[in-house]
Amino acid sequence: MIDRRLLLHFDWVVFFLTIVLSVIGIINIYSATLTDGAAAFYTKQLVWLFIGIACMLIITFINYIHLEGFAYHIYGASVFLLVATILFGRTSAGATRWLNTGFVSFQPSEFAKIAIIIILAKYFNTVKIPAKGLSLKDLILPSILVFVPFILIARQPDMGTAILIFFIFASMVVFAKVRWKTLLGITAVSLPSIPLGWHFLKDYQKARLMSFLDPTMDPLGTGYHILQSKIAIGSGGVMGNGFTHGTQGQLRFLPEHHTDFIFSVLAEEWGFAGSFIVLTLYFILILWGLHIAQNAKDRLGTFLAFGVSFMFLWHTVINIGMVTGMLPVVGVPLPFMSYGGSFLLTTMIGAGILANVSMRRFIF
Amino acid sequence: MNVYLGQHEPGELKTRLYIATGIAISIFFLLIMRLWFLQIWKGKEFKELSENNRIRLIRTIAPRGLIMDRTGKTIVENRPAFHLAIIPEDVKDWTKIKKILPNIIDIPEEDIEFKINQAKERPSFQAIKVKDDLTWEEIARVETFRLDIPGIALEIEPRRVYPFGDAASHIIGYLGEIDEQQIKKLKQVNYMPGDFIGKYGIEYQLEKYLRGIGGGRQIEVDAVGREIRLLKKITPAQGYRVYLTIDMDTQLAASRAMKDKVGAVIAMDPQNGKILAAVSSPSFDPNLFASGIDKEQWKNIISNPFRVMETKFTQGQYPPASTFKLITAAAALEDGVITPSTKIYAGESFWFGNKEFRDWKPGGHGIIDLHRAIVESSDTFFYQVGLKVGIDRLAYYAKGFGLGRKTGIHLINEKAGLVPSGKWKKDTYGAKWYEGDTISVSVGQGYLIATPLQMLNAYAAIANGGKLYLPQLIDMVETQAGEIVRRFTPQEIGRVPVSPSNLKLLQSALKGVVNEDGGTGMSAQLPGISVAGKTGTAQVVRLKENLPRKKPKDFPYEQRDHAWFVGFAPAENPEIAVAVIVEHGGFGAEAAIPVAREVIQAYLKKSGVKSLPTNASQVKTFGDRSIGGQETEMQTPEADTAIATKTEEPESND
Repeated sequence: MIDRRLLLHFDWVVFFLTIVLSVIGIINIYSATLTDGAAAFYTKQLVWLFIGIACMLIITFINYIHLEGFAYHIYGASVFLLVATILFGRTSAGATRWLNTGFVSFQPSEFAKIAIIIILAKYFNTVKIPAKGLSLKDLILPSILVFVPFILIARQPDMGTAILIFFIFASMVVFAKVRWKTLLGITAVSLPSIPLGWHFLKDYQKARLMSFLDPTMDPLGTGYHILQSKIAIGSGGVMGNGFTHGTQGQLRFLPEHHTDFIFSVLAEEWGFAGSFIVLTLYFILILWGLHIAQNAKDRLGTFLAFGVSFMFLWHTVINIGMVTGMLPVVGVPLPFMSYGGSFLLTTMIGAGILANVSMRRFIF
Repeated sequence: MNVYLGQHEPGELKTRLYIATGIAISIFFLLIMRLWFLQIWKGKEFKELSENNRIRLIRTIAPRGLIMDRTGKTIVENRPAFHLAIIPEDVKDWTKIKKILPNIIDIPEEDIEFKINQAKERPSFQAIKVKDDLTWEEIARVETFRLDIPGIALEIEPRRVYPFGDAASHIIGYLGEIDEQQIKKLKQVNYMPGDFIGKYGIEYQLEKYLRGIGGGRQIEVDAVGREIRLLKKITPAQGYRVYLTIDMDTQLAASRAMKDKVGAVIAMDPQNGKILAAVSSPSFDPNLFASGIDKEQWKNIISNPFRVMETKFTQGQYPPASTFKLITAAAALEDGVITPSTKIYAGESFWFGNKEFRDWKPGGHGIIDLHRAIVESSDTFFYQVGLKVGIDRLAYYAKGFGLGRKTGIHLINEKAGLVPSGKWKKDTYGAKWYEGDTISVSVGQGYLIATPLQMLNAYAAIANGGKLYLPQLIDMVETQAGEIVRRFTPQEIGRVPVSPSNLKLLQSALKGVVNEDGGTGMSAQLPGISVAGKTGTAQVVRLKENLPRKKPKDFPYEQRDHAWFVGFAPAENPEIAVAVIVEHGGFGAEAAIPVAREVIQAYLKKSGVKSLPTNASQVKTFGDRSIGGQETEMQTPEADTAIATKTEEPESND
């Protein structure tokens, strides 16, 4: 039964922003894949959008208290799917990220982000945080909880999602308050281990990092993509080349133009005006999410809203940083706009959680 | 449940949320600044780069690595091939191009039209390949007319050449255009549609070493498509050099000897398993595939009834016939069924139940021991011995000699052959194993089948004192600079379950086959080289009637027997082992031995072997005989009638 007060407080901001951004995404996917011929990516994405809206509405009307109750179930299911991916997953282009259920295949690593946000929210809600902040001991359990899916995703390999999970974790921990000493200690220990991690990277991942540090080193490979993306965005100018008239995107200079580099297509065709508006929409959504966290009726709500907002923030920052040549190409998609069903569903579920917390701020 | 209420929260959380909001807003401004920088501040520059100075990437294909034989002789190399291309952007006058081109190169006007239409959807700066691999005359004419018809260009590409044609094609393999599935699989390694990739043989097995690293040119071009500036050039790196274990002279001799014959010959160094030569006949010319084989030629190849594309030395499965008797002999000796001095009456036929199993030799062999039985290739002797050993033990020894499983050679689709057993027959046919089946197996007929390579490996083990080696085709892979990337060392994969003294007996019997009077392989004698080996004649058709043996020529081709010879030389210190099968070649001695002789001679002449003849007079007698000619008369044809002749019914007394 749905409380009538819920409908009164329905969060139209979240609802409209997500749908507007998704529709902008589909318009750009249409343009990006126009010259690719047969496969109609935009119609598929449209179907995913409808499924996503349904998921968002369902999540909205389940009191988020229940999310806490089922936190371990959701987490367990998510880890189970990740293990299943390793065992039975479909391998394409050297990575095993897809799980095929017969009629539809999806990426369990995307959903893991939500599971981690929920379980961390539950943990920080129940653990008693000392005035000075969490000590190293308090961080052991959440670290293990995050490490398991992190490593399962990293070995698929899906570095983008793994990095994102780490960022979500770090933000939520810092937000929950950690002792300064602990924070400094962790940083001091982990910095020297970065060169060690280098050995675990695949060749193409190393190449991406190296070409980011020195784009002229490999102008034919990864450096070429960054350069082409920058040309695409830059050549958009103030008003852009017009819908379906971006030569960079249309002539296939752009790699992954409908997934990770969708923003470059937008920036080329709609110019600074278009990218400014879209970027503003993202930040209104993120700031609105933080506002929801501010006004949540309890700590659980605050942590959930904060986690989801920061998931959006990191996705947006890393993706746009990547396509504008400020960050290495790590394969992080842009929320709502990048092509991909699993990712769209994940972001829609995230939006559902935001709306959920928002609507219950007056209901005790 | 609200345990947290009453703490100093959520006041502090609120503060931190303000900080988080601050961070988000700062990041937002940073991103906006970046976009402003790229799109407005530098917008004009990028616009120019995008419109007037489009950056293009032109791939250069790396020449594939060379393939050498064991002596370093180049057996596969590359040559430059010139293609004619049209660059639509640069074309001034389309009608002129369409009119002139058919006059200077050999191509119908419709073809040009078709190719241009096909490429209509592509960006106009992309070259359209009009004709592949021009002749020298065509190149000269194109060069002359190039200035008159702007828009045409010559592209150079390395192309594979196989100077020895079809001599080693089943080892070297061939190239073909990459297919959709392979592209998907190999996208990471930068394969593109239209690329050539190894499809079979060494070209396939060592693709990753041979391919090399493609290069490219990143250029800036103006609106017309003319190159203005070279931004970056990466020269392609040729693929690695591959050294094979084969000896090209021996390979050529083998190929010549197999000409007009259907079957296979394969030779190996028995001391380490390195393949010296391997020919499957009929063969094909890999040069036909190097630039994409045309439909007509492909149809010719696959419609050839003698299975050109089958690698008969690893994929042909034949009854090993009499060459298997050595394994039956080993089993009998090891299991103590007979001793070297046991003598058995080996008559014209052997009756089992109410069935007659005949010997190839009218009148039989009399009372003989194992040595003579091998030398004369008595069937009735081995029927009796094999029956005593029993199928399970025969199967055990056959497997011990490497039959019934793949040898593991680096060639795809190797066949495993079949070593039958009671359980196998039950599982496959649901029928009981009869002792009559055992009798057939003991002379290498019946359900038993093996590849020439398996038989070769088994005999190499007899020659080297019992070691089964992994047959090895590749010696090493090295970079252009001569640095060794991979070296393949001999690998022992098993030992035959036979004692050294029994192996000695088998070796001496094999020597007897060639060198003793009445031996079935006497025509294998070579001047100055003592050869050891065994002939075999594999039945293709069951003879229903108890007919007198006819000459092979009196049978229709497909009913003639397969001829085998497996052996090694020099007998005392073997350096080469060789297995020959000639399909429907008739008697082993007649068809297979001449091939083995050629191969052994070619290899040992080269390695400078001057092994002392065991018997000087033999050299005189057989030394300068030519192959063919009167030789046939002197041969002792042998055959195995391993199948019951009187009745088609299985043994009824079981």
